[in-house]
Amino acid sequence: MLDFQITGSNDTRSGFGEGLAELGRTNPKVVALCADLIGSLKMDAFKKEFPDRFFQVGIAEANMMGLAAGLTIGGYIPFTGTFANFSTGRVYDQIRQSIAYSDKNVKICASHAGLTLGEDGATHQILEDIGMMNMMPNMTVINPCDFNQTKAATIAIASHHGPVYLRFGRPKVQTFTAADQKFEIGKAWHIHEGKDVSIFATGHLVWKAVAAAKALENEGISVDLINIHTIKPLDVEAVVRSAQKTGAVVTAEEHQINGGLGSVIAQTLSRHCPTPIEFVGVNDSFGESATPDQLMKKYGLEVENVYAAAKAVVGRKVGV
Amino acid sequence: MSSIEELKRTCSQVRRDIVRMVHAVNSGHPGGSLGCTEFFVALYFKQLRLNPENWNMDGKGEDLFFLSNGHISPVWYSVLSRRGFFPVAEMATFRKLNSRLQGHPTTHEGLPGVRIASGSLGQGLSVALGAAQAKKLNNDKTLVYTLHGDGELQEGQIWEAAMYAAHCKVDNIISTIDVNGQQIDGPTEKVMSLGNLRAKWEAFGWEVLEMNGNEMASVLATLEMATSRTGQGKPIMILMTTSMGKGVDFMEGTHKWHGVAPNDEELAKALGQLEETMGDY
Repeated sequence: MLDFQITGSNDTRSGFGEGLAELGRTNPKVVALCADLIGSLKMDAFKKEFPDRFFQVGIAEANMMGLAAGLTIGGYIPFTGTFANFSTGRVYDQIRQSIAYSDKNVKICASHAGLTLGEDGATHQILEDIGMMNMMPNMTVINPCDFNQTKAATIAIASHHGPVYLRFGRPKVQTFTAADQKFEIGKAWHIHEGKDVSIFATGHLVWKAVAAAKALENEGISVDLINIHTIKPLDVEAVVRSAQKTGAVVTAEEHQINGGLGSVIAQTLSRHCPTPIEFVGVNDSFGESATPDQLMKKYGLEVENVYAAAKAVVGRKVGV
Repeated sequence: MSSIEELKRTCSQVRRDIVRMVHAVNSGHPGGSLGCTEFFVALYFKQLRLNPENWNMDGKGEDLFFLSNGHISPVWYSVLSRRGFFPVAEMATFRKLNSRLQGHPTTHEGLPGVRIASGSLGQGLSVALGAAQAKKLNNDKTLVYTLHGDGELQEGQIWEAAMYAAHCKVDNIISTIDVNGQQIDGPTEKVMSLGNLRAKWEAFGWEVLEMNGNEMASVLATLEMATSRTGQGKPIMILMTTSMGKGVDFMEGTHKWHGVAPNDEELAKALGQLEETMGDY
């Protein structure tokens, strides 16, 4: 199905904020930490309702990761909140030693990921975070596509034991997934069945991929569209089955192609089902200051880029 | 529980374990381990409220200890096994393939007594503060202890944690710094001087105590005093002066033995200075 009813325009970070507040009400073991970005992370509701379980740590992300690891000793489930850049690159070693290697049940919740952070510019627009967290042993990596899916993912990860990286963003985007969806970690969402080309999209690129798929279908190109909300563990079976069926693949992400969803899919398919692939993502560069829409256009992350990539890869099909 | 004399005899055996472990694999960190032996023995055979028979990760109702300068794992492994956390014979696996006794302590292999991996320096205080906060949420009146190297204070994360602890009045933690004045490249004064540590920690809002870490009576009395000062709104820091390599004359007071193992001859010489009081592993 490609004709979704758009039920709103919301930021995915607000989905996180709502999910966290709901967890506060249903799970007394959930605690939250924030490094001086309560408003940006939409953690106000949790803080207000559960002040005893909320920890303001100041601008000290390394300490926050250690505190979160320690809070698990005693049975708590800490959710850390800061920008994606400060959730990963700044604290890679703290996550590696104190959380992932030590198997601590910490949920690293990262907002303002990617170019759509906008005007603040490249210092804050991390495009390598999925790669870093994907490479980390023992880490689960999730990048939901809209408000509802982010809320559902936030709630779901509390019931999963082990470190999780949950990535979301700043801008308002179309809400099109169901409010009552069940989020299953590691289970790809098959949005639309098709036979000519597979599109694997994650995060903000999912809605753009839906629009691209509509345009392709109108031209008679049948699209197998899959939302890879969990990048690790990857739903290998869904990816391979789709590629075997279509023989042509496009990946789409608001992230570096290097090390991101594109790399993960290419690695998986080269092993199980070698398939021509085109990659929509940032091509080995930093971002810059501008509005989110201007940046998505300049760096080639728009509907037309997904559309063009699909046309290109269909043309590369073996035997066509 | 144990008299000072008994504790000193335990120290002698722990020091034997340390030099034998690092000799067996020709690697490891004997210097800091030997210097902190009295501290570990005092903690594990006197101070801490422990439950080694039913060890679990959460440690509710128990005092928790976090080793931040993980490279001095030999002294910790010796004390943990001698205290009953795992078989003494397991010390023979230190740093070998498929061992629970990794070069730096980890939780990955499930070694009882270890609650966090450490080795990359500067992280242990933050973790311990999180565990101390969890104890408060659980209304658990037991305490959290940590140990850090003095060179480790050059890591910035330590000071993030120091600021947090005072701001949040984490007063159920007793931290200790092993002030041995040495680090890998030489004396701390030459590599990166630490300045006035008492003034620094007091300025960060901590209650500061000092002790001679190689005098068992001083260690016991200071730990006791530190315990009595918990619950008063301030985190507690003990500046512990030690001599690196203590107990083996040719290893003492130098950074040379930070991460170097003794050869056969040196081992024999070291063991000649350390009485076997509890039976070698």
